[in-house]
Order: sequence, then C-alpha cells, then structure tokens
Amino acid sequence: MSGTPHVADPPDVGETPPDVGEALPTWSPRRHGRLGAFFGQAGVRFGMIYACLFGASSLALAAFLWWSTAGLLDRQTEAAILVDFQGLTERLAEGGVGNLIETIEQRIAGNIDDDAVYLLVDARMQRLAGNLERWPRGVAPDFDWTNLRIDRGGIRTLARVHHADLEGGLHLLVGRDVESRVQLRGIVADAMLWAAVIAVLLGTVGAMAVRGLFRATLADISATAIAVSAGDLTRRVKVTGHSDEFDLLAETINDMLDRIARLMEGVRQVSNAIAHDLRTPITRARMRLEDAATSARTEADLHQAIERAQADLDGIVAVFQALLRIAEIEAGARRSAFSRVDVAPMLSDMAELYEAAAEEAGQTLVARIPPQAMVFGDRDMIQQAVANLLDNAMKFSPPEGVIRLGAHVAGGSGSAGGVGAGVAAGTVEIVVADDGPGIPPQDRARASQRFFRGEAARSTPGSGLGLALVQAVAMLHGGTLRLEDNAPGLRAVLVLPVGDGANGAKTGEVA
Amino acid sequence: MRILLVEDDRDVAGFVVKGLKEAGHVVEHTANGRDGLFLAASEAFDAIVLDRMLPGGVDGLRLLETLRSQGNATPVLFLSAMAQVDDRVRGLKAGGDDYMTKPFAFAELLARVEALTRRGKSEGPVTRLVVADLEMDLLSRGVKRAGQKVDLQPREFRLLEYLMRHAGQVVTRTMLLEGVWDYHFDPQTNVIDVHVSRLRQKVDKPFPTPLIHTVRNAGYMLREEAP
Repeated sequence: MSGTPHVADPPDVGETPPDVGEALPTWSPRRHGRLGAFFGQAGVRFGMIYACLFGASSLALAAFLWWSTAGLLDRQTEAAILVDFQGLTERLAEGGVGNLIETIEQRIAGNIDDDAVYLLVDARMQRLAGNLERWPRGVAPDFDWTNLRIDRGGIRTLARVHHADLEGGLHLLVGRDVESRVQLRGIVADAMLWAAVIAVLLGTVGAMAVRGLFRATLADISATAIAVSAGDLTRRVKVTGHSDEFDLLAETINDMLDRIARLMEGVRQVSNAIAHDLRTPITRARMRLEDAATSARTEADLHQAIERAQADLDGIVAVFQALLRIAEIEAGARRSAFSRVDVAPMLSDMAELYEAAAEEAGQTLVARIPPQAMVFGDRDMIQQAVANLLDNAMKFSPPEGVIRLGAHVAGGSGSAGGVGAGVAAGTVEIVVADDGPGIPPQDRARASQRFFRGEAARSTPGSGLGLALVQAVAMLHGGTLRLEDNAPGLRAVLVLPVGDGANGAKTGEVA
Repeated sequence: MRILLVEDDRDVAGFVVKGLKEAGHVVEHTANGRDGLFLAASEAFDAIVLDRMLPGGVDGLRLLETLRSQGNATPVLFLSAMAQVDDRVRGLKAGGDDYMTKPFAFAELLARVEALTRRGKSEGPVTRLVVADLEMDLLSRGVKRAGQKVDLQPREFRLLEYLMRHAGQVVTRTMLLEGVWDYHFDPQTNVIDVHVSRLRQKVDKPFPTPLIHTVRNAGYMLREEAP
C-alpha cells in the first residue's frame, strides 16, 4: 500500500533519491511519466479491472443475444431450404422430371408467404420450372449456398439459395426470400451497437466510481498513517460499523496503533523513571566515592566506602535488569515459548523456599496449593511474578505476621468470582496475602506502575518495580493482577487463564 | 587450570585475566573471534570464557557452534551483555555450558568457571559422595557423618548434594538457586542463607569441625579444613 502515489504526492516523490526510485520502480513517476503514475494508482487499476470485467461480460451477453436471434433465424431458413430440396429430389427419383416440375409448380402455388424461390433448369440452362425468369446472371452453376439479389415481381430482394446438380444435367435452385430477416438483423445490430456505446459509458462511470470509492475508503487509513508517522499517535482509523473487510482492516490497524502507543508510553515512562529514580542512587554512589577520595583517612575507611559504593552500583544494576526484564516481557516475544505448565509443584517448591526465610523473620507462611493447576504460559516468568509477590509480602508483614500463598482453579467464567477477565476456558488464581499495612484503595490502581512506591514502602528498600513486573507477566498471559484489601494487609491475586494450547495463545493475543 | 578468555573489551579482559591468574589459573587471552576459534581448536583448554559480540567476523555463537561441530567438548561459559532470556537460551542451545551477563561480580565468574571445569572431569555415574567424614549415598539417599545418620529433608539433601559435588569450590547463592531450586533470577529476600544455615544445624552443629564455610562476598564452600 505504501506504493500508492496519492499517499505521497508526486512533488515529494520527485525529490526522493534515485536509489529509492530503483527500489520501487512500479510507481516511480520519473520512470513512467505522468501517464504511468496515473495507471500506477491502485484506484485506477481497480477501476480499469472493473471496466474490463464489465466490458467482457457485456460482450459475452451481446454474442449470446446475436446467436439466439439473428443466428437462429438464419439457421431456421437454411433448415427449411434443405428440407424442401430433399423433398424435391425425392420426387425426381420417384417420377422423373415431369413429376418434379409438377411438384415445384404445386409448391409455388401453395406458398402463402410468397417467400419461396425455385428454379429448375436443364443442362443448357433453359428454365423448366420455377418462379425465377432465368438462371441468375453472373452466377456459375457450381455453388452450394449463396445469397442472391433477385428481381421478383419488380421488387429487388435478397434470397438465400441452395443449389445442387441433379441427374440428367439438371440444376435445381431452392431458396427463401430473406429481405425481412436481413432488416431484422440490421435492427438487432443497431441495438447492439447502441448497447455497446452505453456499456462503454456505464463501464467508464462505474470504473470512476470504483476508483473514487477505493480512494475514499483508503483516504482515512492513509491520512491516519501520515498523521502517525508525523508523530501523532492518538489518531485512529474510523470504523464505519458495517463490520466488513475494511472495518476489519481498520480495527487491525487500530489495534496495532494501540499496541505501538502502549509500547511508546512504556518507553517514555522508563526514560522518565531512569531520569528521576536512578539519579538518586547514582548520586549516592558518586558522593560516597568522592567523599572517600577526598576525606578517607585510613585504608579501612576507603575500603568500606568502596564496598558501599559497589553495593549501590549493584542496586542500580538490579533496577536496570528489572526494567529491561519488564520491557522484555511487555514486548511479548516470549509468548512463542509458552507451553502447558503445572504451577502447583512450582508453587510448593516456592512455599518451601520462602517458608524457612519467613520463619527466620518470625513470620509464618501458610501454603494451600491444589495437587494440580495447569496454565498455558512461561514457568520462569510465573515463578518470578510469584517470587516478587512473596518478597513484597515478607517485606511488609510485621514479625509474627502470617503470609498466605494459595492457588485455586476456577472453572468457567461464571465461577471465577468477579474476575475482570472472564475467560471462558477457566482460570488459575494464585493468591499471596499478608497482614501488613496493605495498599490504600486510592493507590491500588497506580501500585503496579513502574517506580510507584506507596507511603508504607517509603522507608523500606526496594525499587518500586516488583508489582510492575507481576502486572507485565499477567498481561502477557492474558490474565490480570488484582490488588485487594486483606483487612488488614494486602491480598494480591494473579489470575492466569488455563488456556488449552491454541486457545491460550489467542487469549494472550487479546491482552 | 588452563583457561581461554575471548573478550574484546580491554578493561574487562584485563580484570578477568588478573583475577583468574590470582586464583592460580593459566590464562590465554585473545580479543577477536577468529583468533579465539583458532586457539580453541588447536590447543587444549580446561574451560573457555567467551564473549558474544566479537570483532573479526566470528562472533561468540559461531565460534562455539564451529567448535562443537568439530567434536570439541571443552566447557564454555558465555560472558555477555546480551541479557535477554532469548539470548541466554540461544547461547545454551549453541552448546554453552553456562551463561553470565555483564555486569558481573568476579567472585561469581570464578566460582562458575571452576564449577565448569569440575563438571568436565567427573564423567560417569557417581553413586557415593565423600568429603572428610561426611558420606552421601545417592542410591539409598542416606547421609552419614562420622558414622552417625543425619536426617535431611529432600531439599536439604539436594542442597548438600550440590555442595558435595562442588566440594572445595566456591558455590554462589545464584548457583544454588539455579542448581537446587531451578530459579533463574535473584529474589529480593535472601532465601538461600536460611536454608544453608538449617543445613548447617544438621550437618555441622553436632560435630566438632564445620564443613560448610561461608566465603565472604561470594558464597559457600564445603571442604575439610578451616580456611
């Protein structure tokens, strides 16, 4: 589509460097001239295709009409002549020349329409019977079929005649006056000529209409594309609501633009975040090193400062890695590696891994995990998402706090219990609940944004990326992350669609 | 041990060469892929540390693929700035034994290189591991120290097994997460230390000499005598 010149006006195209012209030779106006550019337009091509189809079908229709009217009359005439001729030769065989002459005269007398032509001549071309005065002048007696101009009763008419030599040197000529039929044929031919003119007119008008329609339909798409490439990512193609192919195209393009806009927004957020949130730890590390360089008195001081700066840098690297990981997940490239995963044993492993750490901190981890919970996704990603939720829960739970890790398989969309994403194939809900300070309702929507840190989190270490990653993992799987009040504490529910193979991939696509 | 380092960044290479030499290894260094391939194919090394993006027309992946197609099984550790999951998968698929991303801590690199060379040597099925008076029977899944039976949870058993298989080597927390729990990222909560300390309670506490040692800024090491 990028090749349609009405997207890029000829003056612009004229200034493109030659190698671009080489690459897209089909529409380069410089190569084909203005006429070439005109015919290069897809709209014009479609119009011409329409005109050709219209012309071809009109022609076929005309040919059939001709064959079934004028052609039919000719064929009927010739058939009648042949039957007549056959009858006469039979008479000759039955009763000789006399019988033949008699029959011819009878037939002439009985010919009410007065359109029959007979002539029987002997070997010297002398007339024996018939309604022609003599053998037509200038016609040698060696033809089979011909059209003759004849003079009958003072009127010159046209006749279709058949001739054959009979035994005894006789020549018999049988024909029909076809003047009226010729006239009819002329009328039909005239009508067809006019029809052809009308067809050409209609075809041209139709072709222009098709071209106009084509251009009008694409105009909005190309206008949107131009606006988007000029930087306006808010523009969308209008959907007419006919739910036809063009609507489908418009919706596909709009989906694509939505996705691009989301990714762009993500990039913008990340660069803002880097500008603001990474400046602080980098400044801290730099100051520490500078301070050590200028005012460290003992080697031990210096070592300590370097080690702390190193830890700061490790922290910065960790933030970078988390950011890149989120970006990687959001880009969606890993979706091709999705497979059927049973998250139950993985969750049990994680419960075991964190249980010890929780106990060490005086907390209790209670796990309630079903024997099996199949989802369609990436094991490592889900594992990391759950680990982030558990890290958060442990960080914010007070000593003696209880952390709950649970999972349950929700059947259809009805039993999913108010889940936003009503996935028909059912979902697996992974719940991590703590009894810490929780997240106030007004902050919940923002809690999964990058670098968001709630009031309660200000005094704890962390980057504000944990929930953003969980959210990205949920989105990639076509699921959701719900943050609820655990009264007290936070209840984070990671909802993942069960998705059976291809179905799962499709729900992922929707997200 | 003889180690080949193929790395084009002069500072990183100098740092790694210095560190490996200090740890008692012999290091050959080359800065481009073609020379690296030539060296790796013509001389015997115990391990190769390989960068992904290299000058000289042969990048790390191609170098390794060529090497493996020649039947060379020298353990290879990728050291690369390409940190995406797909990059890691590609590196391991091409025949890499381990994959580390930059920036890295040298202690981690050293531990992993040493673990690799050990892996290269101990071929054939092992049914019994012994370190000092600690014995592990991999078939009956029983552990004894000084003849006394030690009761371990399944995960503790796997943790001890990993430590015993790498006895005398530094094992980092990341290596334990990957090798024992199949985790491929670092959780914020320090979950490993707690498990190691629980293992110590059972394996070291009742006995006069400890076997599991903490290596500062690096990880753990299971070995006979105190450092």
